Amino acid sequence: MMNMEDQRAWQGFEGRIWKKEVNVRDFIQKNYRPYDGDESFLAGSTEATDKLWDMVQRLQKAERAKGGILDMETKVVSGLTAYGAGYIFEDEPELEKIVGLQTDLPLKRAFMPFGGIKMAEQACETNGYTPDPELHKIFTEYVTTHNQAVFDAYTPEMKKVRHNKIITGLPDTYGRGRIVGDYRRVALYGIDYLIEEKQQDLANCGDGTMLDEVIRLREEIAKQIRALKGMKEMAKIYGFDIAKPAVNAREAVQWLYFGYLAAIKTQNGAAMSVGRVSTFLDIYIQRDLDNGVITEKEAQELIDHFVMKCRMVKFARIPSYNQLFSGDPVWATLEVAGIGVDGRSMVTKTDFRFLHTLENMGPSPEPNLTVLYSSALPENFKRYAAKISINTSSVQYENDDVMKPVWGDDYSICCCVSATQTGKEMQFFGARANLAKCLLYAINGGVDAKTREQVAPSFGAIKSEILDYHEVIQKYEVMMDWLAGLYVNTLNLIQYMHDKYYYEAAEMALIDTNVRRTFATGIAGFSHVVDSLSAIKYATVRPIRDDAGITIDFATDGEFPRYGNDDDRADDIALWLLKTFLEKIKKHHTYRHSEPTTSILTITSNVVYGKATSNMPDGRRAGEPLSPGANPSYGAEKNGLLASLNSVAKLPYHWALDGISNTQTIHPDALGHDQQERITNLVQVMDGYFDQGAHHLNVNVFGTDKLIDAMEHPEKEEYANFTIRVSGYAVKFIDLTREQQMDVISRTCHERM
Amino acid sequence: MSEMRIGYVNALETFGLVDGPGVRFVVFLQGCNMRCRYCHNPETWALSGGEEWTAVKLYDHVKRYKPYWKNNGGITVSGGEPLLQMEFVTEFFELAKQDGVHTAIDTSGQPFCESAAFEKLMEVTDLVLLDIKEWDSDKHKALTGFGNENILAMARWLSEHGKKMWIRHVLVPNLTDDSASLQAIHDFIATLNGVERVEILPYHTFGIAKWQQLGLTYPLEGVQPPTAEQIELAKKITV
Repeated sequence: MMNMEDQRAWQGFEGRIWKKEVNVRDFIQKNYRPYDGDESFLAGSTEATDKLWDMVQRLQKAERAKGGILDMETKVVSGLTAYGAGYIFEDEPELEKIVGLQTDLPLKRAFMPFGGIKMAEQACETNGYTPDPELHKIFTEYVTTHNQAVFDAYTPEMKKVRHNKIITGLPDTYGRGRIVGDYRRVALYGIDYLIEEKQQDLANCGDGTMLDEVIRLREEIAKQIRALKGMKEMAKIYGFDIAKPAVNAREAVQWLYFGYLAAIKTQNGAAMSVGRVSTFLDIYIQRDLDNGVITEKEAQELIDHFVMKCRMVKFARIPSYNQLFSGDPVWATLEVAGIGVDGRSMVTKTDFRFLHTLENMGPSPEPNLTVLYSSALPENFKRYAAKISINTSSVQYENDDVMKPVWGDDYSICCCVSATQTGKEMQFFGARANLAKCLLYAINGGVDAKTREQVAPSFGAIKSEILDYHEVIQKYEVMMDWLAGLYVNTLNLIQYMHDKYYYEAAEMALIDTNVRRTFATGIAGFSHVVDSLSAIKYATVRPIRDDAGITIDFATDGEFPRYGNDDDRADDIALWLLKTFLEKIKKHHTYRHSEPTTSILTITSNVVYGKATSNMPDGRRAGEPLSPGANPSYGAEKNGLLASLNSVAKLPYHWALDGISNTQTIHPDALGHDQQERITNLVQVMDGYFDQGAHHLNVNVFGTDKLIDAMEHPEKEEYANFTIRVSGYAVKFIDLTREQQMDVISRTCHERM
Repeated sequence: MSEMRIGYVNALETFGLVDGPGVRFVVFLQGCNMRCRYCHNPETWALSGGEEWTAVKLYDHVKRYKPYWKNNGGITVSGGEPLLQMEFVTEFFELAKQDGVHTAIDTSGQPFCESAAFEKLMEVTDLVLLDIKEWDSDKHKALTGFGNENILAMARWLSEHGKKMWIRHVLVPNLTDDSASLQAIHDFIATLNGVERVEILPYHTFGIAKWQQLGLTYPLEGVQPPTAEQIELAKKITV
């Protein structure tokens, strides 16, 4: 494959294997330069950056003023080459060092009907746009959409659990997302070589016996090849030829971004992550710096402009989606740091540069910047990340020490907390089962106390005056068995249809053909189940039944330990719950031999799930938001932040390989006397937490007073970009619904002084 | 080990970052004689009640937080008033010191008197956080119910015995902020050895709800926290 062009592209790069096969990890390991110095080398923003970012902010303001949508497509179906070139300033395209928009105009949302025409139309109509009737005809009469196919095949029982919201947030009305193409491949190899490799794979696919799986894979590879060719055409529209490898840093960033742009032009998945790109890009930037081809200021400008593009990703959504995932997120998750398998830190100067974008362009929810954390990371980097957290609350931390043994040292986070090996794996995203509701079903014999429907098979309801722990557990296990089976099979159906009708050809084209698949289930209501079971075990819980004999409330007498206080009595119930549910999930066949995993992660959907959940024995009232992710319940924590962290840290990551999300807010005054002390203390808190094997931490540093003021005065300039971490991602606080703002405010802020 | 003493604990806070150096586990003991008008923990006053802990059990619990302390954090015993349960605190700190953990007490100094028991406690105490609430003893009595002679004597004792101290002063507008008094505190501190830090703690109103819960009349009703300027001015004089 090596020709004159490639020699120039790869000049100065070490290593052999990555030249013989597609192997970005090998390229990185042979070529990156670890950096353990401090942030003093960083450069500020350029004039062009300031001008562009100022314009984007003005557009964002206009977007907010228009109710959240600036502009929408109503005629053109989104695709790789659906539009001509688009720029932030139409008449000054040269300002943008990294180019490419989803549509023809900045922040204009594309029309994406393949997930479901109804949703695409509803997204337009609720925002005052009228989609072309011709599109309706095409996507109802001639084309089957994912949504149509799923509902064609659903069983009545599946529709019933969906309607009763015990399984909810299912990707049957939107793209499943969570597939991270290895966008770095475009830069390192160029498209032509990637096509050659895929053609080779197609030639080697099957032995001629046309089994279902062989036929399906052959068709998929063909679609991937077509997508790769489409990417070349897409880049040509912007005047670039990405057939060949990138020859310098600017091209490397641009080529990589084109790969990502192909994904977000063709898919509207809930999570459209960028992946682990910092160490890779640093190799190109460092080569150009060493050769005197660019300056630090120019290097930072490339990263700033790339990040600016990630900040501009938009999808048209329907209102029910926005209630689930509030604040218009896209999970353009992008990782920095981590430690290599050989023990070398993978922190480079470009890892600093990515965090520095939060200083050059201010706080922002996207890209979802994620530090792959280890206490063994260079002290200077940990301190810089802590400083950025304290100043912007825009960063999340995930424990590289627990992920690396499972996923190696080249994994990406494909949503909030879910790891996949870059270019080697894909994930079937599967939303979550509401285990809090499941407990209530166990008590009520499968009747939903809210809708009065017999949802689960009619197992015997509990009749006793006082709930007996052993009886409840026994019935809960039966109910979880039923739920896990139905949940997995509903997902099997959804994933099948998604592969068939909304295949992610552009992303899968940048992943190995022989891909490993994970099957990601999820748990909602975790802390409320733990506390409720603890109440039943350690206190006295009397069910309160209505005339029909349905338990609608509980009278709980006596003290009981709650999850979030580092009290093993409650925390052991948490361990039992996680392990039990995972085992029940694992019993079932999962689509395409995927590996079942689970997560304790709710995103902002904890509010919607809470609405559908009745009174609980732990004292949580009907309709109140569930506590998010693996967070302890509101008000449960009596011994401060570290006790809470210790409770969460007890949950073993290998029982929840899809991630365990924890969000904490610390008042700056409680974190230390001055900035230096705050940085030191925050680093120590994270070291202590992650050294115990905890998986994830969202760090917010501000006081409740600021949240209340921002809620009352969203018009204040200072709150325009006020970003906070919620379960698994970041949002602009003023973009949340008032209900969700109240939810965030009501959570514990650690501020004892 | 001899028969364990029982300690009476009001609350445990795993995440104390301003009561001593680094990340600290703060044990709030039950019981205090002083009745400071701005007290934000009035629930710790009563000399009876509190959760019962032995030093061994408490240390076993507290050491779960060692991963967060690294080389500068540790344990702070606050109150209430730690000197009212001196023997318990000594046993607790002995365990901590065997384990190489940094120990601090946050005390009003009011119960101080020279004694073998106190010296024993000081042997296992790395740092004393001592409040000087008011320079004029009469005013001090009006503010807290007691004069300040013991407190100043304790500061001198610590100074003479080479103990490390953080001196703290709660700044309440129009109550503890007159410059002559602050100047006198400053001059006194200048005569002491071992003072690592002097802190002005701005009065805050977070404690009001607790007074109300206890059915007590809050004596500083309507008093506002000091402004940033007032704090700066006080720091200039005192620190």
